[in-house]
Amino acid sequence: MNYTPIFQPETIAVIGVSLNNDQHPANVIYNKIHLRYPVKVYPVNPRGGQLKRDRVYASVADIPTTVDLAVIAVRAEYIPNIISDCIETGVGGATIISGGFAEIGRIELQQRIVELARKADFPFIGPNCLGIYSPGKFDTFFLPGERLVRPDSGNVAIISQSGGVLVDQMVKFAGQGIGLSLAVSIGNKAMIRELDLLKYLANDPQTKVIALYIEGFSQNEGRQFVEEASQLSKPIIVLKAGKSAAGSRAVSSHTASLAGDYQVFSEILSQHGIVEARNEYELVCFCESLSYYPQSIHGGIGIISVSGGHGVLSSDICTHHGLTLPLLADKTQRYIRDKLNPSIKTIASVANPIDLTGSATDDDFVAAATGMSRDPAVECVIVLLLPYSPGISADLGARLSYVYQNEGKPMVAYVPHVEKYRMLIEGFELNHVPVSSSIDGAVLMAEAMRRSRAC
Amino acid sequence: MLNTKSSTILEKSREIGWVLEPDAKQLLALNDMDVTQHYWTKSKSEAVKAGKQIGFPVVAKVISPDIVHKSEYDGVAVGIANEDELRHVFDRFSQLNGFQGLLVEETVAGLELIIGGKIDYQFGPVILLGIGGTGVEIYQDTAIRMAPLRQTDIESMIACLKGKPLIKGFRGAQGVNIKLLTELLLAFSNLIMQLEHKIESIDLNPVMCSPQRCCVADARIILAL
Repeated sequence: MNYTPIFQPETIAVIGVSLNNDQHPANVIYNKIHLRYPVKVYPVNPRGGQLKRDRVYASVADIPTTVDLAVIAVRAEYIPNIISDCIETGVGGATIISGGFAEIGRIELQQRIVELARKADFPFIGPNCLGIYSPGKFDTFFLPGERLVRPDSGNVAIISQSGGVLVDQMVKFAGQGIGLSLAVSIGNKAMIRELDLLKYLANDPQTKVIALYIEGFSQNEGRQFVEEASQLSKPIIVLKAGKSAAGSRAVSSHTASLAGDYQVFSEILSQHGIVEARNEYELVCFCESLSYYPQSIHGGIGIISVSGGHGVLSSDICTHHGLTLPLLADKTQRYIRDKLNPSIKTIASVANPIDLTGSATDDDFVAAATGMSRDPAVECVIVLLLPYSPGISADLGARLSYVYQNEGKPMVAYVPHVEKYRMLIEGFELNHVPVSSSIDGAVLMAEAMRRSRAC
Repeated sequence: MLNTKSSTILEKSREIGWVLEPDAKQLLALNDMDVTQHYWTKSKSEAVKAGKQIGFPVVAKVISPDIVHKSEYDGVAVGIANEDELRHVFDRFSQLNGFQGLLVEETVAGLELIIGGKIDYQFGPVILLGIGGTGVEIYQDTAIRMAPLRQTDIESMIACLKGKPLIKGFRGAQGVNIKLLTELLLAFSNLIMQLEHKIESIDLNPVMCSPQRCCVADARIILAL
């Protein structure tokens, strides 16, 4: 099936616009596309007429050009006919925003549109969804643009069964500076499901990481999903909801009781190298980290800080996740100590964690990060940057990211305040080193790579 | 394809919804798995004969379609040292609901593991390995993988258990025979793939593992509705 018309449309028809209600979902969608996106959009209402000085088409058949995507927001019972019209006039696919299908028990109505679409190879998203958000290109969310926090264009794709969760995650992504390649709310996922989108995104050159919010799979669908996922080289991150749903019937075997739905889900994901994010915060940290570092690690971490306390705190968090802090080789320790500036040469600790002390300067960080990056026991370097002392300049982010560029060893950084140290942070992030404003977040960024290792 | 004998065992168990232990063990043995030597005895004299054949001490268990969890009905006796004790156990167990005989078995030593299988709604056949015995649900030290298992899955399952040192050998105690454990798991994986549409779940608990042997000491197969 060809998904290009629905994910990269040049022409869109919004079916169901109201002639007198600006807040109607179809009107919100029509307005935002019409006013803000580089695609041609046509409003459709069977009564025809005018909407804000533009012609309203009575049917998709009246639109003078080929329509790639139909965004449908009309009452559920009208939708089979509209789908038929779209198929007849050669529309490329649809996003069905409307609810009123399987989620309220109208399974047959939903089945009817699926059958029509399948027969004609006509792809559609939904029903009962927000649809698609493609930064800078178009979106089908019936939420006014000014109410959304809109992430920039980037390389993370999110697929979500829940529209609400998707919009909320976009807020978090934007806050952390993570860009999106595509966001899709699949709602009832009557036709296009997670597995289909996984296959599509596998071949999408803009997408480097695929994140999914999943409530559950249909029978055996989980098996197909992990089999497909383990063929992909792109990292896949899953946030699973419904972890505590208890089995409804009494179980008669130990195995059935021990291998509950969530336990099975979680362990099979890691068996296949799919990263499970246990909460929203992990999801955001993992998406950022894996969009820079798609590789997996066993978990050997090197930590650089200027405060003993930060070294201990971060070690504790590493240990909690199952990450280890290997002892640095003598050679590494000698290399680093030799390069430290005279004022800290004798007082710095160059074991792991490295404590450069409050008198450290940019050059000391670069020496420590370089030495650590060359130690084979270290798979990822965590730099805990406290930019309070005058020896540290705003250039340090960029300088340390060049260490990563030179040595090729993943590096993540903790910088305590986003607004105040923005230039330092951008020095890292624009050069592909992820930054967190919490120590937990920095460790999670390293943990992401460990969790993407098939277990 | 499941061999005919195995299919016959499952067919005859349909009525009660699960497979009696001696039948379950026969099914496992037919599919290349090591099970304890056992006799289904229906009289005291048969039981005593089996005891002598195996050699005391022996284990005895009630066979009854009404009793899925034998230990909850006090239907398991271990360390039976002689014929008199065995006769006494026969008398006692024959009073239990639905008594269809006494299972007389050899005593095997080793680390108690659980190997389980389940047909999961979302993922199909899955396999569980854990520290076994009657406390499995208390300790919940298990690893789950999607079947069929690969060699690497088995290694990682063992590595994921808190009880890994018990399996690998701990404080002078010898570990279990990993090669035999692996073979048993692979045979089980093979079996569960063939039973996908026939069963709901299987417990092999305990599986007695030692440096010499990995042997299924108890088995429960719950059939699909």
